[in-house]
Amino acid sequence: MTQTDLTRLSAADLSAKLASGEVSSVETTAAHLERIAEVDSEVHAFLHINARAHEVAASIDARRAAGEELGPLAGVPLAIKDVLVTTDMPSTSGSKILEGWMSPYDATVVARSRAAGLVPLGKTNMDEFAMGSSTEHSAYGPTHNPWDLTRIPGGSGGGSAAAVAAFETPLALGSDTGGSIRQPAHVTGTVGVKPTYGAVSRYGAIALASSLDQVGPCSRSVLDAGLLQDVIAGHDHHDSTSLPDAWPSMAAAAREGATGQVLKGLRVGVVKQLQGEGFQTGVTQRFTESLALLEAQGAEIVEIDAPHFEYAVAAYYLILPAEASSNLAKFDSVRFGLRVTPEGGGTVDHVMAATREAGFGPEVKRRIILGTYALSAGYYDAYYGSAQKVRTLIQRDFASAFSRVDVLASPSAPTTAFRLGEKLEDPMAMYLNDVTTIPANLAGIPGISVPNGLAPEDGLPVGIQFMAPAREDARLYRVGAALEALVEDQWGGPLWAQAPELRAGKGVN
Amino acid sequence: MAKAKLMDFDKALELYEPVLGFEVHVELNTETKMFSAAPNNFGAAPNTNLTPVCLGLPGSLPVVNEQAVRYSISLGLALGCSIAESSRFARKNYFYPDMAKNYQISQYDEPIAYEGEVEIELASGRVIHVPIERAHMEEDAGKLTHMGGSTGRIQGAEYSMVDYNRAGVPLVEIVTKPIVGTNEDAPEVGRQYVSIIRDMVIDLGISDAKMERGNLRCDANISLRPRGQEKLGTRTETKNVNSLRSVERAVRYEIQRQAYILSNGGSITQETRHWHEDTGETSAGRPKSDADDYRYFPEPDLLPVQPTAQLIEELRAQLPEAPTLRYRRLKGEWGFTDLEFQDIQNSGLLTEVSATVAAGASPQAARKWWTGEIARVANVQGVEATSLVSAENVAALAALVDAGTLTDKLARQVLEGVIAGEGTPQQVVDARGLAVVSDDGALIIAIDEALAAQPDVLEKIRDGKVQAAGAVIGAVMKAMRGQADAARVRELVLERAQA
Repeated sequence: MTQTDLTRLSAADLSAKLASGEVSSVETTAAHLERIAEVDSEVHAFLHINARAHEVAASIDARRAAGEELGPLAGVPLAIKDVLVTTDMPSTSGSKILEGWMSPYDATVVARSRAAGLVPLGKTNMDEFAMGSSTEHSAYGPTHNPWDLTRIPGGSGGGSAAAVAAFETPLALGSDTGGSIRQPAHVTGTVGVKPTYGAVSRYGAIALASSLDQVGPCSRSVLDAGLLQDVIAGHDHHDSTSLPDAWPSMAAAAREGATGQVLKGLRVGVVKQLQGEGFQTGVTQRFTESLALLEAQGAEIVEIDAPHFEYAVAAYYLILPAEASSNLAKFDSVRFGLRVTPEGGGTVDHVMAATREAGFGPEVKRRIILGTYALSAGYYDAYYGSAQKVRTLIQRDFASAFSRVDVLASPSAPTTAFRLGEKLEDPMAMYLNDVTTIPANLAGIPGISVPNGLAPEDGLPVGIQFMAPAREDARLYRVGAALEALVEDQWGGPLWAQAPELRAGKGVN
Repeated sequence: MAKAKLMDFDKALELYEPVLGFEVHVELNTETKMFSAAPNNFGAAPNTNLTPVCLGLPGSLPVVNEQAVRYSISLGLALGCSIAESSRFARKNYFYPDMAKNYQISQYDEPIAYEGEVEIELASGRVIHVPIERAHMEEDAGKLTHMGGSTGRIQGAEYSMVDYNRAGVPLVEIVTKPIVGTNEDAPEVGRQYVSIIRDMVIDLGISDAKMERGNLRCDANISLRPRGQEKLGTRTETKNVNSLRSVERAVRYEIQRQAYILSNGGSITQETRHWHEDTGETSAGRPKSDADDYRYFPEPDLLPVQPTAQLIEELRAQLPEAPTLRYRRLKGEWGFTDLEFQDIQNSGLLTEVSATVAAGASPQAARKWWTGEIARVANVQGVEATSLVSAENVAALAALVDAGTLTDKLARQVLEGVIAGEGTPQQVVDARGLAVVSDDGALIIAIDEALAAQPDVLEKIRDGKVQAAGAVIGAVMKAMRGQADAARVRELVLERAQA
């Protein structure tokens, strides 16, 4: 097979071809590395390429040749968001303060991926410490959207989404604190899943906001995401918040969903507060069309009022900075990472301050200051305390909604990809990008973003989000795969087939 | 540092009522640390008992040590506390290089144990009920060593080294409510309270409780209020009070220091103060106000701790006898006079005496060794008696004396060898050749030599002047370099006289 053929295969198809011996992991890995070499100077999805990828692929091939029973994703390439620590590649979380830092241990999801035989290709770009919706806050320069290189790929996991969209990898790991997997999926025409809080271990995911962070898969199909979630999910004794549950196979759920049987009688709730003002016409149009498709297949569309969603963004931007201000305190130069000594020396306090001044970008500083303030004596009740109350109310809104419907649906984000630089000076505008995705994080429930066509006015991808009750991730995979099958029937193939060609060394626009 | 002026203790108490409060940190002797699988043991090479969690490496997460929770519940029950159905960890945020994460995981508004009472009995027989506000779980910080300065303190140091072995060691902090009405007993109350806590955690087997190693650390809060005033005075928090004797001295010192300031129209600064064992004084540390902002918030990486009622009752059923009750019982069992028992209690050596009796020594021998020679050496060396020698070795020493292998004098030399690390008493006896010469033949030769040099002695003895034997006994003991049983020498001399 040609490089183009190999890089456009889904992980599921690659898996079959690897298993049958039609292709080798070495070939597959080489094809993706070549693709990276060709297009990543334009896309800038990767911060680091794994020098040992070929070696890992060869060892998988050798194990397969020796007759070893391997998991379904053995030999399939994987990109890893730089928020996840790895022993063989630097882990920076997109920050200067961790430039070149090598972790002595692997994140649990990385260890499980390795054990499943996935081949790590490299580490992907992200907003510094996952703070942002555009990757423009990366200390290492922004990632570009493969659909239009002048536009943002979403964030914070823009690198992982862009790498998948640009055929640099079939699979990537992301992390989603307020939409960092789903919003990039939306703007890059890919699939992204934020699992139930606790479904996937956070051990080794450099913490942004501990009560909101969740690791999840990025891919070009719902089935592929399910295959990866099956590898990374499950209890981990290193993470007290990881659920002890036994999980059904998400891949099996996706396969079941693709048959379309699951839509009959499915109650789909449409949240009043997650549409209307602020939503781009084309985003709303495609969303409405998809609802009609679901309805035509026997689904029941129910309008849902979730009155407290209005306060979700405000609550989120108190809880997140509060937790982040504490989580990021460890970056002080004493044990690891950057150390800046002020001219003429100074006390340890001076060194810590100088290091943090030089090592953190402006968005990180902004949130540390916000969070420190929100937790301060005399302000705690008004800010952090109130935000936690809002969080409880949002959880109740969800509970009430899920007593009436099986899943909730919304556009995955209000707009298509905006231009690089467009919102960089306007944090509020940037924050509002996550209005649709934040509620799921506040409630700990799972969410999926599935490609939902192109907005007619700018020809850019949009996504549809489904949300389910906590622990019902499989339901999302069923519904997501069902819709995916319906829209792909209409389009005559996957959305990515409509993506403009990226040429070696230059973009389309 | 100018020496602070002090008021006479009795006069201070005439004018003011002291109000005490104690925060005692107990390091638990669990196998692993509070939130990680790193070993929890003392004395390992620096920075070897570590996991990514102890260093706060990016991505690492805490996991609660179940054994530490059980220990904390047991301690809470022993303190007479209620155990919370649900308690929660919180983050205490502040930057310090011995804190790997720059926040300490502690418990804040939801401690595991609350509202208890500890009964203590003073030497006078006075019983005091110390009210306990709470006991909560937390993690210890790493250890800083300041290099290049003359004092070992951070001021003047060129650089500092951090050992994170201690980072994450499980702690329980026991906080009392204000203790009022102690008056002139205040210093003794302090000492006795800490002593009881120490005995309690040793009895529970949950801590090594060695104060000199920092297993048990006491911060003493002291304030004074004019007689008749309801409102509490401004308090100071004296840190680093790490021996029972120091607790007593620090309380006394602060009462005298504060009384002098107040009686001269001054006011007390709310601050932490450092206790100096050598000079017996406190010095000003960091100003501390109630507005210190640690930005506590619930630890999002951990779930609430929710012990089952069954577990709590199980642990309650396993509680050892309360220390004060045990004191009363032991005093009877051992047949000690009030004075003898107080002597042990005042020296904080009950646990050691008890262990020594358990190891086979007679109560009187155990008491004599601990409150006598061992306490004397500890005092000279300025260390805790407990750090010098084990109960087993003291019992072994007493056994050697009982068996006649050692005289008291020789036994003191053997003790010196044991303290110097030369081994068990038997090993010291062997190595130093200190055993009593029980071979009468050798003694008789020496006695004959002595008698030859003092021919008139036998005559004097036969004339009834038995005390004349002393000169011969002295000469024999000298010739035997002290390794003879003087009583046996005396017997032999008297036999010669009657021959």
